[in-house]
Formats: sequence, structure tokens, C-alpha cells
Amino acid sequence: MNTVSIIVLVVLAILTLVQVMRISEVSSEIQGGKDNEVSEKDNDTQGRLMLLIGMGFVISVVVMYIAWGRHTLPMPSSAHGSEIDGLWNLSMLIINIVFFIVQPILFYFAYKYRGKKGTKAVHYAHNNKLELFWTGVPALALAVLIIWGLNVWSTLMMPENEEEPIVIELYAQQFNWTARYSGGDNALGYASVYDIEGANIVGVDTQDAASADDIVTKELHLPVGKPVLFQFRSQDVIHSAYFPHFRAQMNCVPGAITNFQFTPTVTTAEIRQNKKVKNHVEEVNAIRAAKGEDVWDFNYVLLCNKICGAAHYNMQMDIIVETQDEFDAWLKEQKTVAETL
Amino acid sequence: MSTNSTENHHFQDHLMEHHHEENFFTKYLFTMDHKMIGKQFLITGMIMGIIGVMMSMLFRLELAYPEQSFPILEFFLGKWAPDGVMDPNIYLALVTIHGTIMVFFVLTAGLSGTFSNLLIPLQIGARDMASGFMNALSYWFFFTSSVIMVVSLFVESGPAAAGWTVYPPLSALPQAMPGSGAGMTLWLISMTLFIVSSLLGSLNYIVTVLNMRTKGMSMTRLPLTIWAFFVTAVLGVLSFPVLLSAALLLMFDRLLGTSFYLSDIFMGGEVLSYSGGSPVLYQHLFWFLGHPEVYIILLPALGISSEVIATNSRKPIFGYRAMIGSILAIAFLSFIVWGHHMFVTGMNPFLGSVFTFTTLLIAIPSAVKAFNYITTLWKGNIQYTPAMLFSIGLVSTFVTGGLTGVILGDSALDINVHDTYFVVAHFHIVMGLSAIFGMFAGVYHWFPKMYGRMMNKSMGYAHFWLTFITAYGVFFPMHFLGMAGLPRRYYSNTAFPMFDNLADINVLITYFAIIGGIAQLIFIFNFFYSIWRGPKATQNPWKGNSLEWTTPVEHIHGNWPGSIPVVHRWAYDYSKPGAEEDYIPQNVPLAEGEESGH
Repeated sequence: MNTVSIIVLVVLAILTLVQVMRISEVSSEIQGGKDNEVSEKDNDTQGRLMLLIGMGFVISVVVMYIAWGRHTLPMPSSAHGSEIDGLWNLSMLIINIVFFIVQPILFYFAYKYRGKKGTKAVHYAHNNKLELFWTGVPALALAVLIIWGLNVWSTLMMPENEEEPIVIELYAQQFNWTARYSGGDNALGYASVYDIEGANIVGVDTQDAASADDIVTKELHLPVGKPVLFQFRSQDVIHSAYFPHFRAQMNCVPGAITNFQFTPTVTTAEIRQNKKVKNHVEEVNAIRAAKGEDVWDFNYVLLCNKICGAAHYNMQMDIIVETQDEFDAWLKEQKTVAETL
Repeated sequence: MSTNSTENHHFQDHLMEHHHEENFFTKYLFTMDHKMIGKQFLITGMIMGIIGVMMSMLFRLELAYPEQSFPILEFFLGKWAPDGVMDPNIYLALVTIHGTIMVFFVLTAGLSGTFSNLLIPLQIGARDMASGFMNALSYWFFFTSSVIMVVSLFVESGPAAAGWTVYPPLSALPQAMPGSGAGMTLWLISMTLFIVSSLLGSLNYIVTVLNMRTKGMSMTRLPLTIWAFFVTAVLGVLSFPVLLSAALLLMFDRLLGTSFYLSDIFMGGEVLSYSGGSPVLYQHLFWFLGHPEVYIILLPALGISSEVIATNSRKPIFGYRAMIGSILAIAFLSFIVWGHHMFVTGMNPFLGSVFTFTTLLIAIPSAVKAFNYITTLWKGNIQYTPAMLFSIGLVSTFVTGGLTGVILGDSALDINVHDTYFVVAHFHIVMGLSAIFGMFAGVYHWFPKMYGRMMNKSMGYAHFWLTFITAYGVFFPMHFLGMAGLPRRYYSNTAFPMFDNLADINVLITYFAIIGGIAQLIFIFNFFYSIWRGPKATQNPWKGNSLEWTTPVEHIHGNWPGSIPVVHRWAYDYSKPGAEEDYIPQNVPLAEGEESGH
């Protein structure tokens, strides 16, 4: 019944519109107007709207920066993060300069050169110098960005280690994360999907001697200031390990082992004292209180960032960055593979 | 000269001999006339577009008010929204099909299919496409593929839901998600037919442009629309077959138990019997099409706006040869940048460097195009038709969206915004909005050529401004969501308290999306109303130079009643000093002492 009345309403609305159109056509015919030709008045109105709404858009971008600038991620909590942020800031500066020059010019020209009766456009077909100029300037700017970008990229991907990194495996499955620490020998035991059985959820090969001291956990603790080499595995579909606060991300691909290395530089306790983070927590808790939800405290978090199925939006693991002593104490409490399997 | 007139004679004779009376079927359905086929592509594309946009409105509702109950959701989604609350699986299906429909069915077939078909013969001075039959076949493959895609929405286990890129293993294993069942099989079949359609069309466009230009129409006298369609077709012919192979191998993995993309998978309590394949291989194959595809979508829109901006500024397009050069440069580069979609797949970091380099190079020809458009406006005498508004809108979105490409193309920066809303903002603005604005510009501009009537101007204005404002309102704020680290394709952001304070932005975006979606009804109404009741068009309503405006308003098979016009000049002699009118059509011979320049 509902559906029928909606359809009837829609049909009636269309019929009404058609009638309105016909009336307006007839009335404009009576007045002898050429309703559909672009008149000088149209050019004037639309040209002015171009300036008004176009500039309105440019100004709204400034407003968005002011209103939402606070939502950007807090300072990077990894050693390489500041290099990424430096490059990010330079790139943002360049593209914002271009944006705030080109858009106003576009809308200004659209306004300034709106058609007027009796004027004739200037026949101006090309100018090699001008074209060379705006090929050259972007090329120069891009050369800087490319060279700097490739430098940052190679330091990220081929880090030079002063000390041996801690090896930790991050294991992805629909829809949760598991961490495996390599233990005292700093070597992960062999693992494969063929060894998954019962409690052995990541498929550790218990015959491999290196696996005995491996530690499997559901929380990711990291010691501050120590390089960590993450090795990623997935047992089912592609997932992506996304650590926004550490400016790090790598896909977890079934049938392959991928890796990413970074050094956490700010402990969880320290980042909670960061002014931006404090403001963020306050804002969030005000919203949560209004909805009657629990108080939240900031935690580093690992998110899944590659579509992986129904609960993709809730595939997460807390990350705790702490001092070496705290980390050692925590790790000691955990059971090794030899103890659990 | 003599061959030309003999040809025309033959054609006249041909018309005399076969007075084939056209009935409904031969005229509207199984036509081989390029103009009608263009209209078929347009209408089918519009219907698919309505479906795609409605889907986006549904999932925007979910994103603004996650896990809340709306009767309208139950009305549209039925069992997938029990008590009006959207199921996460159908959320993923909606974003998947929205992406598929908009990218392929609307902005590839709907845009390129419509305007390449309509304009190539008309603007180069040909009676029809090289093969009318192949052209008709191309449409009917597209039609069938559209029908199958729509049918896939109604299967028991739901439509494909692994994202429009359908990465295996998620898309390969029915156990991985409901959407990877029968819906995914239909998706692959539909896409296979789509690719066949695209190849038949593209081959035809290439052959027609190369071989059937009228006398005097050298390559450097072609309107930029034709250059854009031509290069687009070349891109399609070179890249779509790779997607076809990717789709076929995926189908083999799904149906025949092969392991091209699958290895070492544990699912549903057992190890599956796949080994040795690589999911990343699929991504290489997919993006080898996927990135040129971006330009398959964008170039026709840029071509259309080149034409519309020059005509309505009453000026030659600035830097005609540079425009051709940048189309070619973009097309060439588009084949060697696909890896920028895969910086974080774990591929060799050296490859990442190469792809960063080639990707950022694309910014140079793109910048040239943007500056040339703006210079074309300079000292023009701008006639604000609705088409012109949309073309200027295109330049704006092309600049805005292109700029963030400089960030995403940089592998080091991509790490932190990869697959976040920053990417969603970027590609929707640079590719989605620019292309759809170009498509609207094309429809408004060539509607008189398609239907012999004019669209209503005032509704066109209202349509543009509402679309322009709401489009930026939807996509610009998404940059900020992305910079806050919010991943895309999340059914709800409530699982992470750190995103709680982004909820307001999401609500705002949804308001813009719903208003923008509803505003498209103005266009649809205007379009269909004008087909039947719009005022009769004159032969050359916008005072354009290109050859399509020398054909009669009433469509005839063969396009020109007499002989095909001979071309004496390029398409951009607007406001030429010494000429009386501010336009000189291409078929007007050079005046005494006049220099052609082209």
C-alpha cells in the first residue's frame, strides 16, 4: 500500500512539473521572449555567480582548514615519521599555493570575461614562451618533490641499523590480529597454515627449534627507542596493517611474508600528555558522555586498512609503547610456545 | 575531387535503391546508425548512473548514522536491512557496485560510448562508423553486461562485495564473504562482456578516425574531442585485454580450482587446496588496466570541455598542439604508473621508486592542460550555456583533485594515507567529478544534435550550481577524514573511539550527498521533457565551427544530404581578426589572403 501511494505521488509530481513547464513556455512565447537562448543578462548573472560561488568555495576551504585542521594525526611517534611529515608539509605547502592561486584566477576570469554584447574575444591561439613557462615551473617543483620523496622512501624501505631490530610477526585473519614475538633468540620459528591446529592459531611449527621461545599475544607491546622489524602474514584474505600514528602501513598477503621496520619514539604514557592528543581525548569524551558511552583514553592502535569482509571495520589491536623495563616485565609474564603448545 | 563525387554518387544511388522503411526495431533497437547507437549508450548509461547514485545515497545514510534504523533502507534492501538497519555485507556490496557502475558503466561506456559514437563520424566528416555492425554489436554487449550486473543485485547471497577492484582471495572464495558467491560470478561474466563491448567500440573508433576523415581534415585539424576519443580508444584496446585475462584467471580460480592468485589459505577450519599463486599478480594485471582506465574516463571529458570552452569563450583553444601533446604524454605515461596503487603491497621498494617517478611526471602535462584552459578563458567573450558552466566546473575539479595526486603519487607519503578517505576524496574529485561534469557538458552541448531540440536553460543553470556546490561539499571534507587516518570501506567508524569526533563531518557530507543526488532529478526531468517538448533547435545553436553543425537538424542516415563537406581550416577559427562573424566553420574556404595556420 505504501509503495503504491509513493508511486502515485511521484507520477503526480512529474505531471505537475510538466504542466508548470508548459505554462512557463506559453507565457514566455506570449511575451515574445527567446527563453532558451543565452542572453546578455544570463552571461552577467552566471559570470557573477562564478565569482561569488567560486570564491565562496575557495574561502570555504580556508574555513575547513581552520575548523578541522585539529583532526589531523598527532605528531609522529616513530623515528622515520618526522621525515614523512616534513615531506608531507612541503608537498601540502606547494599544492596549497597552487590551489589558492589557480582557483581564484579561474573564477575571476570566468567573471571578468563574461560575454557582453558588442565585444569580441581576442584571437589568441598560442604562445610558446608562456607554454614553456608553465611546463617548466611544475617540472622544477616536481623535480624537488621527486628527489626528496625518493630519498625518504629509500630510508624507510632500506633502514640502516645501528642495533639489531626486534623481530615481531603480525598475523592477520578475518577479523583480528595476533602478534608473535621472536623471544630470546630473536628468530621466529617456521610457521605455515598447514600447522594450524587448535590453540596453535598462527600455525607455528613446534618441531622448529627457533619456535620454542616464540611468544604469541593478542596485544602489541613495543619498547621505546628500539627498531622493530615487523613481518606480516595473513591466513585468509589480504589485510593491511595500518599504524597511522607511526606513519606505517604494509599489506598482509596470504602466501607471502611482507615486512616493514620502524622505531617507536614516544611511549603511550608520553603521547597521552601531548597537548593535541589531550584535546582530542577531551573532545571525544564529551561526545561519548553525551551518548552515555564509556570514557576513552588514547591508545595507539593497529587498524585493518584493506577490505577483508563483513567485520573489516572492527579489526583492531591496541599497541602499547613503553620503556624497556616495562616491556621486559610484560614479556616475561607471557607464555612461550613451548609452554602453551 | 573526382573520387569524392563518385563516392557521393554511389551513396545517393544506394539511398534511392533501397527505400528501406524503418520500423521501430530497425530504427531504435537494432540500428547500425552511429547517432542512434550513441543515444542508446547514453540512455543505458543514465539508467545505470541512477542506480549507482542511489546506492551511494544509501551507504552515505549508513555512514552518517551508523547502525541506526531507517525504513527506507528496508524498503530498498529488504532482507539485507532487517528492521531498517543496514547489514555490513550489503554495505560492502553497495560500495562495490557503486564503484563498478560509476567507473565502467557510466563513465566509460556512458561517456566515451555516447560521445565517441555520436561525434566521431560527425566531426571528421564521415557517413558513419567504419563498421556499423560492430558498433551495434558493441552496444548490445554493453546492454547485456548491464543487465547481468543489475541481475547480480538480486541473487540470494548478494552482489559482489569485495570492492570495485575485487582483489582475490576475498573475491575468489565464496567462504570469505557472502558477496563472493554467485554475485561475484555474475560480476565477472558481466565485466567480460563489458570488455568485449569496449574492444569492439574502440577498434571501430580507431579505424574510423584514421581512415575516414573527409578531404582536408588532417590530423592537426581535428577537433580536440576527436583526439581525446581516439587516444582513449587506443588506451582501451591496449589495456582492457589485460583486465580480461585477469578476470578469466580469477574465474578459473573460482570455478575450476586453479591457483593463479591463491596460496596457503586457511579458512573455515581447514587449509584450502590452493598453492603457489600470488594475490599480488592479480593487482598487477588489474591496475595495468586500472590506471589507463582513469584516463579512459578522463580524456573524453577533457576533450569535450576543450570543445565547449573554446566555442563558448568564442576563442581558439589555447595551445592546440600542446593540448594534443599533453593528451599523448598522459596516455603514454598512464601505462607505466600502475604500481602507485600498490606501494604498500610489499612489492620491491625499487619498483616503488620507479612508479613514484613516472607518476609525478603526469602532473606536468596535466598542468599544461589546466593552464591552457584558463588561458582560453582569458579575454574571451564567455557565453554561459549550461555546458560552459559544467566545463569550467571541470577545470576547477581537475585542478583540485589533480593537486592531491602529487601527494598520493609519492610512495613515502602514500604509506600514511593509502586506502583512507584522502584517496576517496582525491579520485572522486579528479576523476569522478571531472568526468561527470564533462559528461553533463557534452549532453547539454550536443543535445540539439542528438534530439533536434534544446534543453531548458534555467533548469540547466540550477542543475549546475546545485551539483557544483554539493559535489565539493561531499568530497572536499573527505580530505580531512583521511588526514585523521580514517580508512575507507568501513561500515561504521564507531569501533574506534579516536574517530568519534569525525561523526559531524560525516553527517554534513551525507546531507550534501542527498541534496546533490536529488538535484540530479532536475537534469533527468529536463532531459526527458526536452526530448519530447523542448523548443526546436536551429542547425548551429552555439555557433560552433566543427562539422557536426553543418548536418541537418533532422537525423538522416549518412549524415549529410548532399556531398560530404570538404574541410579548409582547423576547428578553432573563433573571433578571427578580419572575419565578420566571430566563428568560421571548418568547411568555409580560406578567404583571399587569409592564412590558415593549420
